[in-house]
Amino acid sequence: MVPLDWYIMLSAVMFTIGLAGFIARRNIIIMLICIELMLNAVNLSLIAFSHYLQDLKGQILVFFTISVAAAEAAIGLAILVAVFRNKAMVDADKLTEMKG
Amino acid sequence: MDKYILIPLLPLIGFFINIWFGRFFQAKCHWIPILAVFGSFVISVITFTEVVQGKIINYDVYSWVVSGNFKVSVGFLIDQLTAVMLIVVTTVSLLVHIYSVGYMHGDPGYYRFFAYLNLFTFSMLMLVTGNNLLQLYFGWEAVGLCSYFLIGYWYQKQSAADAGKKAFIVNRFGDFGFGLGVFMVFIYLGTLHYTDIFANLHTLQGQTINVLGYEIGLVTLIALLLFCGAIGKSAQLPLHVWLADAMEGPTPVSALIHAATMVTAGVFLVARFNPLFSMSETAMIVVALTGAITSLMAATIALVQNDIKRIIAYSTVSQLGYMFLACGVGAYGAGIFHLYTHAFFKALLFLGAGSVMHAMAGQLDIQKMGGLRKYMPITFFTFLIASFSIAGIPGLAGFFSKDEILWLAYNGGTVGKIVWVIGTIVAGLTAFYSFRVIFLTFFGKFRGTHEEEHHLHESPPSMTVPLLILAVGAVAAGWVGIPPVLGGGNWIGHFLEPVLGHPHVHGTHAEEWMVMGISVAMGIGGIFVAAVLYLWAPGLPLFFGRAFKSAYTVLWNKYYFDELYDYTIVRPTKWFARRILVGVTDAKIIEGIVNGVPKLIGEFGERLRKLQTGVLQHYEIGMALGVFVIASLVFIFAK
Amino acid sequence: MLPQIIFGYFAIVMTVLSVLIVTRKNPVHSVLWMLVLFFHFAAIYLFLNAEFIAAVQIILYAGAVLVLFLFVIMMLNLKQEVSGERYIGEWPIAVALGISILLLIIFAITKLVPGPLGEYTIELIQKETHTKAVGKFLYTEYLFVFIIASLILLIAIVGAMVLAKKRA
Repeated sequence: MVPLDWYIMLSAVMFTIGLAGFIARRNIIIMLICIELMLNAVNLSLIAFSHYLQDLKGQILVFFTISVAAAEAAIGLAILVAVFRNKAMVDADKLTEMKG
Repeated sequence: MDKYILIPLLPLIGFFINIWFGRFFQAKCHWIPILAVFGSFVISVITFTEVVQGKIINYDVYSWVVSGNFKVSVGFLIDQLTAVMLIVVTTVSLLVHIYSVGYMHGDPGYYRFFAYLNLFTFSMLMLVTGNNLLQLYFGWEAVGLCSYFLIGYWYQKQSAADAGKKAFIVNRFGDFGFGLGVFMVFIYLGTLHYTDIFANLHTLQGQTINVLGYEIGLVTLIALLLFCGAIGKSAQLPLHVWLADAMEGPTPVSALIHAATMVTAGVFLVARFNPLFSMSETAMIVVALTGAITSLMAATIALVQNDIKRIIAYSTVSQLGYMFLACGVGAYGAGIFHLYTHAFFKALLFLGAGSVMHAMAGQLDIQKMGGLRKYMPITFFTFLIASFSIAGIPGLAGFFSKDEILWLAYNGGTVGKIVWVIGTIVAGLTAFYSFRVIFLTFFGKFRGTHEEEHHLHESPPSMTVPLLILAVGAVAAGWVGIPPVLGGGNWIGHFLEPVLGHPHVHGTHAEEWMVMGISVAMGIGGIFVAAVLYLWAPGLPLFFGRAFKSAYTVLWNKYYFDELYDYTIVRPTKWFARRILVGVTDAKIIEGIVNGVPKLIGEFGERLRKLQTGVLQHYEIGMALGVFVIASLVFIFAK
Repeated sequence: MLPQIIFGYFAIVMTVLSVLIVTRKNPVHSVLWMLVLFFHFAAIYLFLNAEFIAAVQIILYAGAVLVLFLFVIMMLNLKQEVSGERYIGEWPIAVALGISILLLIIFAITKLVPGPLGEYTIELIQKETHTKAVGKFLYTEYLFVFIIASLILLIAIVGAMVLAKKRA
């Protein structure tokens, strides 16, 4: 039997990589992808808990997490498109109008 | 609602009407204030007759302050003492109001004057009818305020404005001690209402309080602190300096406030608290000596002054000294009796002086007057009666009251004998300077300018009728206190006995005749010397002045009190205010804080602003850092 | 023994894949590695007896979200921008933060005390299929939340259209 801890550990590692990637990368598309990575890591952890605690609540939550993630990806990409139309580039550290 | 509340309420209403709407009535605006005070007068007379028949009124109108243990109500206590004061205050106030119609005619602030007079009457009535110390203090401060308004009435004049300030500030010194006394009464007796205070006074007997290492009797301390207020308000030594300068105000003001009512509030306070004072020998001695020394000092200053109003002002200080002298030897009733007669003849003197000034178009210097009796017979006649009264000529009011004081002082032990001697000397000086004024002003040749001579006329009836009424008072007011030795029943002494007690008299009738004779002799002697110097041998005053030049200078400069206070108090205060309070506290500390705090916040905000770089990843770093910190805190502190 | 080996394979591969996703220069490469990663996720869900979720993962994530990403990348025609810098200047902070959060979670895992066991045992789920079990649970107890989720998707649709519209 694979202990629960291993699954959680795996989930944590992926989450961490996603977090670091989100902070370190410049390209907005890659940042959105990292967000999806983080959300998926959390999904894994939820399913693992649901399996080991023999409770379906975790899986219900995964449903909603997935749907929200999809919605958020859509909106994020729409914003990205709008930004690209105005600025012709997608570097996150050049988008500093909210400075100050 | 009882009628007693109308006594102070009517003048208050008159004040409000006049101060808000007075300017619309212009020259007719004096009717409502006069009617208001007349109403108060009528009710006071009715109240007086009720008190004579034995009714004492003591009730609370409403609850003023309720704060924990501290409960004070607004209430009225009208006993024999208050009834006498009511008569004095309302009578003189009414007559001054009528007099002002003529005196202040044509003045631009006419309505303001009557409004302030009404406000003053209200304050004084609240002071004397109160049944607790807080209401008395309220009235005390209010009369001080009205005094400021009225002294500085012609506020465009620098000297008048200064005099108003001086009166208020010097009074403040006294009120500080008075306030401390009120606090101590509350701390040690738990109440500020008179009936409760006097019921519990015996609990303070023998207690001492430790002040800076010295053990002082508690009752003595409280009495002396309350007396501080009296010193300030009644212009005794050392706080007498304001009364002479207060003559900058219009003469009706001087008559009302600085002769008959406000300055007598101090005597009223001591008389009202006579159970407290009688418990402390030290306090009584202090009161008596202060009164006596002030009396002597003021009388000597009045000898050489040339300003007619100032002479009468110093005369007031001197007579107030007499009243405190009486209270100090236990003769509170005699003190109040003198207060009552003094109100009449002093107000008469002031209003008469006002009449003279009215004729002389504002001239004050008696050296520039002379022979006015031909032009102003009524003024001369009433002024003469007042001067006879103050000199203690038998049969007139001043004689009975002054004599009562001197006789009871003589009976008052060692201290009593000392102050009796001083009082007798002062009686002689009083007669002298009063008649100096009479001879220099009304007799002899006119020493003014030609235009002034053409202008001389008797005053209008609105001014002379009050003079005549007061003259009747100056003669007859004393007849309520004819001592037994002369065949009377000393009605007023017995009337005031339930409140003011009865002093011990162990002299014989023969001694009483002797005392009376000496004081009458001093009075007549003073008049005689004044006649010699100013009527029959006019060159003599100049000779005396040159011969005793240094003494003359000291007296003329009022013992240099003003200069002393200027150097020791006024200048250091001004220096302190300018250099330290303005220079350091205001400019550096307060400005520093007021400007510095925004600057600090601005800089802090400036630095904090740099945190918002606009770069998304930096915000994400912040978020992750926050999660890390909070999660670790949870793990560290959670059980 | 076998489950552990299989799990080991998954662990290593998924970790490597996620590193690859994060570090590619070309966004299209990242997206394609993400596709592989999603298949691995679906496989793990199958191991955990959640076949419906595995199916949803493929359909939704691999089928819709990734395609959306590819569409946008192709629409923006970003190949020219590939020459830009990959990482921002503060990337060491990112690594440090990541490692600290990882350590924190590991520490938390060691202290983990699982709660009480629920009633949906594996046998129970396998008796009626997982889909039916999840469906029954979802539509009875979590109906309200389900409807809210549909509202969220509605907002996303409308929002995406409004934001990305070409202004006339």
